[in-house]
Amino acid sequence: MSSTLVLAADIGFPLLTASILVPLAGAAVVALMPKRRAELLRLVALLFAGSTGAFTVWMLAAFDRGDSGFQFETTHTWIEEFGIQWHLGVDGISLFLVVLTGLLFPLTFVAVTPKKDPKAYYAWLLVLMAGCIGAFTALDLFLFFIFFEVVLVPMYFLIGGWGYGDRVYAALKFFLFTMFGSALMLVAILALAFVDRDANQPEVEQAEQQLIQLEQVAQQQLAQGAQVDPQITERIDELEATIDEGDQLTFDVVELAENRAETLQAQQAGEVVADPNADSWNPFDWTAPKWIFLAFALAFAVKVPLFPLHTWLPDAHTQAPTAGSVILAGVLLKLGTYGLIRFGLYLFPDSSLFFAPVFLTLGVIGIVYGAVVATMQKDLKRLVAYSSVAHLGFIALGTFALTTQALQGSILQMVNHGVSTGALFLLVGLISDRRHTREISALSGLQKSAPVLAGVFTLVMLSSIGLPGLNGFVGEFLILAGAYLTAKWWAVVAAGGVILAALYLLWAYQRVFHGEPTEEDLDTPDMKLTEFAWMAPLIGVIVFMGVYPKPVLERIEPSVSSLVQHIEDATDFDEPDAATSGFSGTIADSADSADSAGTSDGEVEDGDDPDDGEGE
Amino acid sequence: MTGLAALPALLAAPIQSADEVFDPIATPDVEWSAVLPLLILTGAAMGLMLVQALTRWKPFDGFYPLVTSCAAIGAAFTTWPLWERVQDADRGPYSVLAGALGVDGFALFVTVVICASVVLTSLLADGYLRRENLDGPELYILVLLSASGGVLMAGANDLIVLFLGLEILSLAAYVLAAMHLRRLTSQEAGIKYFVLGSFASAFMLYGIALTYGATGSTNLVEILDFLSGTALFDNGLLLAGMAMLLVGLGFKVAAAPFHAWTPDVYQGSPTPVVAYMASGVKAAGFAGLVRVFYLGFDTFRVEWQPILYALALLTLVVGSVMAVVQTDVKRMLAYSSISHAGFILMAVQAATERGVEAVLFYLASYTFLVAGSFGVIGIVGREGDGKHQVDDYKGLAKARPVLAVVFSLLLFSQAGVPFTSGFFAKFYAISAAVDARSFPLAMVAMFTAVIAAFLYLRITVAMWMVDEDDEVPDKSRFPVPVGAGIALALCLAVTLGVGFFPHVLTGPAADATAVLVQFPG
Repeated sequence: MSSTLVLAADIGFPLLTASILVPLAGAAVVALMPKRRAELLRLVALLFAGSTGAFTVWMLAAFDRGDSGFQFETTHTWIEEFGIQWHLGVDGISLFLVVLTGLLFPLTFVAVTPKKDPKAYYAWLLVLMAGCIGAFTALDLFLFFIFFEVVLVPMYFLIGGWGYGDRVYAALKFFLFTMFGSALMLVAILALAFVDRDANQPEVEQAEQQLIQLEQVAQQQLAQGAQVDPQITERIDELEATIDEGDQLTFDVVELAENRAETLQAQQAGEVVADPNADSWNPFDWTAPKWIFLAFALAFAVKVPLFPLHTWLPDAHTQAPTAGSVILAGVLLKLGTYGLIRFGLYLFPDSSLFFAPVFLTLGVIGIVYGAVVATMQKDLKRLVAYSSVAHLGFIALGTFALTTQALQGSILQMVNHGVSTGALFLLVGLISDRRHTREISALSGLQKSAPVLAGVFTLVMLSSIGLPGLNGFVGEFLILAGAYLTAKWWAVVAAGGVILAALYLLWAYQRVFHGEPTEEDLDTPDMKLTEFAWMAPLIGVIVFMGVYPKPVLERIEPSVSSLVQHIEDATDFDEPDAATSGFSGTIADSADSADSAGTSDGEVEDGDDPDDGEGE
Repeated sequence: MTGLAALPALLAAPIQSADEVFDPIATPDVEWSAVLPLLILTGAAMGLMLVQALTRWKPFDGFYPLVTSCAAIGAAFTTWPLWERVQDADRGPYSVLAGALGVDGFALFVTVVICASVVLTSLLADGYLRRENLDGPELYILVLLSASGGVLMAGANDLIVLFLGLEILSLAAYVLAAMHLRRLTSQEAGIKYFVLGSFASAFMLYGIALTYGATGSTNLVEILDFLSGTALFDNGLLLAGMAMLLVGLGFKVAAAPFHAWTPDVYQGSPTPVVAYMASGVKAAGFAGLVRVFYLGFDTFRVEWQPILYALALLTLVVGSVMAVVQTDVKRMLAYSSISHAGFILMAVQAATERGVEAVLFYLASYTFLVAGSFGVIGIVGREGDGKHQVDDYKGLAKARPVLAVVFSLLLFSQAGVPFTSGFFAKFYAISAAVDARSFPLAMVAMFTAVIAAFLYLRITVAMWMVDEDDEVPDKSRFPVPVGAGIALALCLAVTLGVGFFPHVLTGPAADATAVLVQFPG
């Protein structure tokens, strides 16, 4: 491990910048290639996406798992006047999302062939890939916003150009919903930067006054024919630097978060810090950060999507081409949940705490509502889309429970959902390619003619349900166990959602794969070997992460712990200790060791838990 | 035309000191270098007119746009030494012509923007006029003259000069709107624009008169001096004057509720002319607004800021909401230009240096955006300039993929998608508003941007998302002329270039401070 780390550090290869620029270059190359040779186009696109994937794997290998801070950082000034930087970095929270992006894209290139115009199709997918990696690694709010917006365009064209049925409506709805969210976010980002600058203003004013006095002294000295005291000139330079610095805007996430935490700590210590926005328009008497947090959270809630902002999702998912659905579910939705953690919790610890009950409730409503609505669906793809709403509800629950375990679970579940739901969409794509329908009622008894397909579907479905031994269980369990500490009743209701997940997926499976096959069903071909070959890596990940999640969790843990520590420092929030919170049985024991070492979570999942066993 | 009569007296007045009384002709000291852009623009217009009137020479194709572009580029280049002088810390901005015309970074920046819009318009007009069988120098002459009015407005330090500039700008624009002889709608647009425009000018003139009554001067420097040194017990006269000035300028920039002419005029006018009206005329209008309100009535900020705030809000909402319900692309973009005006107004109402910088950035990038967009519309309009329904764009991506790509990029930029100039224009405008603590306005602006995005998407949907069996329009029916091709390439280059490297524009925009300088005489 250490040797690879040295390798990465030594050659100074800008891994993150490359992971963004290579797919972009790929898009340009594909766009300039002749249209006729679809196979060649695909090969070139795969080459660029694959090498980006290789970069992300390299990143995974060279990642220092003991470090809770950002790694592989690059910083370049972009727009000096606004202090905007090309600042990228990866920590335990974003690492696996980047890797997921890097691997899922090449996989869809292999798995799905577009029905028309492969040139534009691959070019858009490569742009999308660059945008997603950029959004997950950006550490400058402005840069993040740009990537967050940029991903809309390729997705809009992918849904509108290569989708099914009512694709134009779905594409428009997707674009406008998300843009509505990001519209709020842009104002919030700017407000945050200006509020941060204004917090320096008392200091700047003081420096300005001192500067004026000193300059007068210096002039007097000059007028008397004497040399200006070198100490005075030095001090003047110092003051000028302070003023410049104080007036400089910054969009740097780390800097903003630290400044914010400092202010909060000062407030907690009893020092009165004047709110520069006390006189501005403020109907609820909330401080500016609360409003800014709400704007951010709303933007991400649209993207996640949280109930009741989810209505664009079923349409977009159903009408999108298979690759679009896979990427949308696997990667794009994670932008929202990732944003909530990185920019919600990290930048606004106090506001997150204040609004946590709201988001916990929305998450739980999402879990139950998504499951219930999924049960009623007639279209297989729409069913999977609604299951996403439920799964992302879990992630929101874990995020706003604010405990290390739950947050770890959330991040893990983001990856799990990407893999499982991505695989489900691919499988549904296979079925609909074979039968040209996704109506559940039009299909039955497929397992007779397509036993391998049925087998793979079963496995992926069980992972999505959360069967112990598969990846979904680990994430959901961690979320529920962690959430129980701070959000007991929400966790209890959410646990019920696990049962509902079993209901809608098993019922759908039963209707599609069991029963009496019609003649058409009997003619449905089974999975080809190539198709199985590209499903295999997904299956491998599903099983591996279910059985042995330690390598993943130990990389997530340090960053999450330091995030929780950051929240604890800045607010009066105290992460409850699992052992003393009345949480009994095996969990309390293992949580003890988890707390001390933070690496033994692998054991936790293996322990059988009476609370959740019933869900499976 | 009282303005014309007043000018000589005005120009001469400060020079007449005691020993010059016996001098029979007191000519003001003119610094010719400062008015060079104006002279080049009007000179080129006169020259073209003379060549046309006095000789039988039939110039080669592309002669007129070539001369026009060269004149505009030349005028833009003459601002270079002026800019150097203005940026020089020892010399700085100054005013000439007895204090009637200011030379500052702001005026020079707007001059270059207007010149750019002239270049683009003339390039677009070339192929258009030939297609419509309207070839001749008239359009170019009028655009040059109109631009000279705009340049005059950008530097006006005197309300009378501002009005003169406005009239030169507008009178030419009225004729331009009616240029298309065989289209009835073009005539209608010209008449509408003329009648309503004169009305607005009358308001403006009345406003100038009232302001003169309240402050005793039409010179902005003196107005500012008077207002900052005097506490008015009864400021009703001044407020009425300010309101009327706002009506006159608001009409030019198409701010709601003075926007009603825009969709009709844009729809009827020849498309290259619309490109000019949406870029050059608008830039001049905003320059006037900034000079009069931000500079002249600086001390009365508390009075006019809320009014501009409300105007901006209304303009944003009206522009975007009305745009969505249109089916005619020209009308759509007319309303969208109203909503863009709302963004710029939002930056003006911030009344800060950051705000002025945002105004300039917006004007510069929007000039290329809108000229390019109307350039494409002019091409797709086909012979007769009449095919402007959204359905006429169906399948454009198949017939002319490059044109469709260019148009899509320009439209996405107008919608504010990152890595395009339109994004940064919106970003700076919003940041100016947020800096001035106008949070609700900034929010509304972003929401209207989303609403407006819908309309740009509608056009891209029509271009790109066609079904297999839809018929593809015959591409020979809308060829891309050379001039338009160059103009579109320029627009695209600027849109993307500024989108990736915004500092090439933010640097000059930040340096282009607007100031009023007392004439030393």
